[in-house]
Amino acid sequence: MAKHVCLQSVLSVRSVRLWNALSGFQSRSDRLQFQLLQRRQISRQAQLFTGSQNDSSLNTKILVHFINQDGVKNSVTVSEGETLLDVVINKNLDISGFGACEGTLACSTCHLVFEENIYNRLDPVVDEEVDMLDLAYGVSNTSRLGCQVTVESWMDGMTVCVPQEVKDQRELSKRTK
Amino acid sequence: MNRTVQKSLFFIVKSVRTSPSNFAGKLYAWRGLSTTPDPHTKVCIVGGGPAGFYTAQHIIKGRPDVQVDVYERLPVPFGLVRFGVAPDHPEVKNVINTFTQTAQHERCRFLGNVNVGKDVSVDELRQVYHAVVLSYGAEGNRSLGVPGEHLSGVYSAKDFVGWYNGLPYNRELQPDLSHDTAVILGQGNVAVDVARILLAPLDMLKKTDITQAALDALANSQVRRVLIVGRRGPMQVACTIKELREMVNLPGTQPDMLTDDFHGVNEALKDLPRPRKRLTELMLKALKEQAVKGAHRKWGFRFLRSPLDVLPSADGTRAAAIRLALNKLEGSGDEARAVPTGEVEEVPCGVIISSIGYKSLPIDSAVPFDPRKAIIPNTMGRVQETTGLYCSGWVKRGPTGVIATTMNDSFDTGRVLLQDLDSGAIDLSEARLGAQGIAPLLEKRGVRPVSFSDWEKISGEEVRRGEAQGKPREKMLDVQEMLSVAWS
Ligand SMILES: Cc1cc2nc3c(=O)[nH]c(=O)nc-3n(C[C@H](O)[C@H](O)[C@H](O)COP(=O)(O)OP(=O)(O)OC[C@H]3O[C@@H](n4cnc5c(N)ncnc54)[C@H](O)[C@@H]3O)c2cc1C
Ligand SMILES: NC(=O)c1ccc[n+]([C@@H]2O[C@H](COP(=O)([O-])OP(=O)(O)OC[C@H]3O[C@@H](n4cnc5c(N)ncnc54)[C@H](OP(=O)(O)O)[C@@H]3O)[C@@H](O)[C@H]2O)c1
Repeated sequence: MAKHVCLQSVLSVRSVRLWNALSGFQSRSDRLQFQLLQRRQISRQAQLFTGSQNDSSLNTKILVHFINQDGVKNSVTVSEGETLLDVVINKNLDISGFGACEGTLACSTCHLVFEENIYNRLDPVVDEEVDMLDLAYGVSNTSRLGCQVTVESWMDGMTVCVPQEVKDQRELSKRTK
Repeated sequence: MNRTVQKSLFFIVKSVRTSPSNFAGKLYAWRGLSTTPDPHTKVCIVGGGPAGFYTAQHIIKGRPDVQVDVYERLPVPFGLVRFGVAPDHPEVKNVINTFTQTAQHERCRFLGNVNVGKDVSVDELRQVYHAVVLSYGAEGNRSLGVPGEHLSGVYSAKDFVGWYNGLPYNRELQPDLSHDTAVILGQGNVAVDVARILLAPLDMLKKTDITQAALDALANSQVRRVLIVGRRGPMQVACTIKELREMVNLPGTQPDMLTDDFHGVNEALKDLPRPRKRLTELMLKALKEQAVKGAHRKWGFRFLRSPLDVLPSADGTRAAAIRLALNKLEGSGDEARAVPTGEVEEVPCGVIISSIGYKSLPIDSAVPFDPRKAIIPNTMGRVQETTGLYCSGWVKRGPTGVIATTMNDSFDTGRVLLQDLDSGAIDLSEARLGAQGIAPLLEKRGVRPVSFSDWEKISGEEVRRGEAQGKPREKMLDVQEMLSVAWS
């Protein structure tokens, strides 16, 4: 299982945006390169899991844990000033359909659930954001849109969750009707 | 980083993720396939709207051995994102970027200008594809079923929206806007879109991709008052808060509502769930503030009123008024029902737009269809009693839901289809021809598909024409013209 977890974190560098723009993997040398890359990625991820605070090269970076809709955890180091939507895109986190409107407050697909102590310290929410959250499913008392939350140093170590998938479509269409 | 490596890494990891126990077997199978330039598994999608593209995205991402072909009736892709979403909502259309990436994926092919059910049958598709997904949306509309609805001056919102958004079928609509009052029947987001377009300042619309013909017609419009009529009460209104807020903030307009319609609403407010509560509070605020504004253009909801009949003008040629039955509510909340009180009201109006919902139509006699619900009967996207046939989007669950809803439901269908490929429920032992098997049929029938790069030529030309007028694009309204640009 441990191996799977590592591979899953490698997955985090695959791009939701890039996956479809890339061409085929065919040659043997490509495969070799892949194995190398895989090892490098795994060690990078391993570094991450052992805690970034002690690593001087990551001092200006902030650690954020994402739990996606399948319950899979991805941990990434992030620069201050990026929105959480930027992070998901830039780090190629595997969250299907995240940020459909590209951060223009026209959908609720970048909905994230925060830990209460973090949520309480976030910048106040504007009406337009709540308008969109009102349409999201799985909304909780600590929900925000990822495109509206900018990463700051005090958030280091926080965990944000993508709401678990709603299995019942009738529930869904009722809510968004 | 080498792109090909990135991608292969993705697929390997992906197959681990979906079924860890199966990793070696999958990897082996996949390696075997990597030497074949032509992906083995052939999936076909009917309809190039959000449902079609999101389903394609999920399937392509889920398995490395699948070729997905998207057939679209029009030469241009994106369905209601191009022909439904209001021109002043460009941010909603950002989803087109994702669809474009999907269409440009090496294992995805777009075949526009192919009308499934007419140019090629669903059975013919099923013979050459391992699986077929129906994602053809809802191209019809519910009708009021009241006397006079066919008089001139009465339009369906579907046609009206198609007209201002450049849908070729609605090019000739030319609505007569030389009247003071327009009545919209239905209070969903489509109704609010239509109201906003009718009243929006021209300067705002000029910078959008609304068609020039619609812009000219709106410049000469005499419509000063738009009433959005619903059969139930304020707490059942179907539109969402973002769209209502846009109306409230629309420059040069003011709300025009009836205090009587809000009887008992204040008292009920505290027990409403948050979304409904905020929506209702915004309406109450608009009602309260309407007296102090002095704008020339007015819009307002009218509640508890059902259309009875459209009354003709004295010469009988066109609509002059609508007769409404006054209702009261039975029950409460979302499930409340409207029942007539027996009272009747006449509202003079020269423009009537019926916006009570879209409706899916059967595509082909070989495909099951539930005429009552107007959907393809399905279990989680599997079409009932038909192996290898699936559906997603509006044709799967009915014509409600925003793009995000359609996205989730398309991912669900994609997931189910992938499961059936993995489990062997879909027989993959036989090779299928895919698009190669359809090409000769189309050729014989004189149908030439439009590829995605053909569409990009059309798009490029539209953008060029738009630039001259400071618009993001000027849409082509004529299918023949689209085709000649595509193949130029
Ligand atoms: C007026 C309007 C405005 C909207 N605005 C918004 C908005 O602002 N934000 C939002 O989130 N949602 C909005 N929606 C909702 C959104 O458009 C839908 O959720 C979504 O488009 C449904 O996707 P679909 O693919 O099922 O259908 P469609 O978008 O209708 O796509 C179906 C496609 O199938 C094609 N097709 C039909 N018949 C055939 C055939 N026989 N052969 C081949 N192809 C065929 C059609 O040409 C079309 O391209 C709006 C809807 C409407 C009606
Ligand atoms: N900006 C956006 O996000 C946007 C824009 C446009 C559309 N959309 C989405 O697209 C979907 C379709 O929108 P829509 O407006 O067509 O549908 P809708 O939201 O289902 O609204 C339909 C309206 O018609 C009324 N109605 C239905 N049958 C009627 C009848 N026989 N007599 C009188 N009234 C009747 C309904 O009233 P009852 O409630 O009483 O049934 C309701 O007010 C919606 O999910 C919408 O959210 C979104």
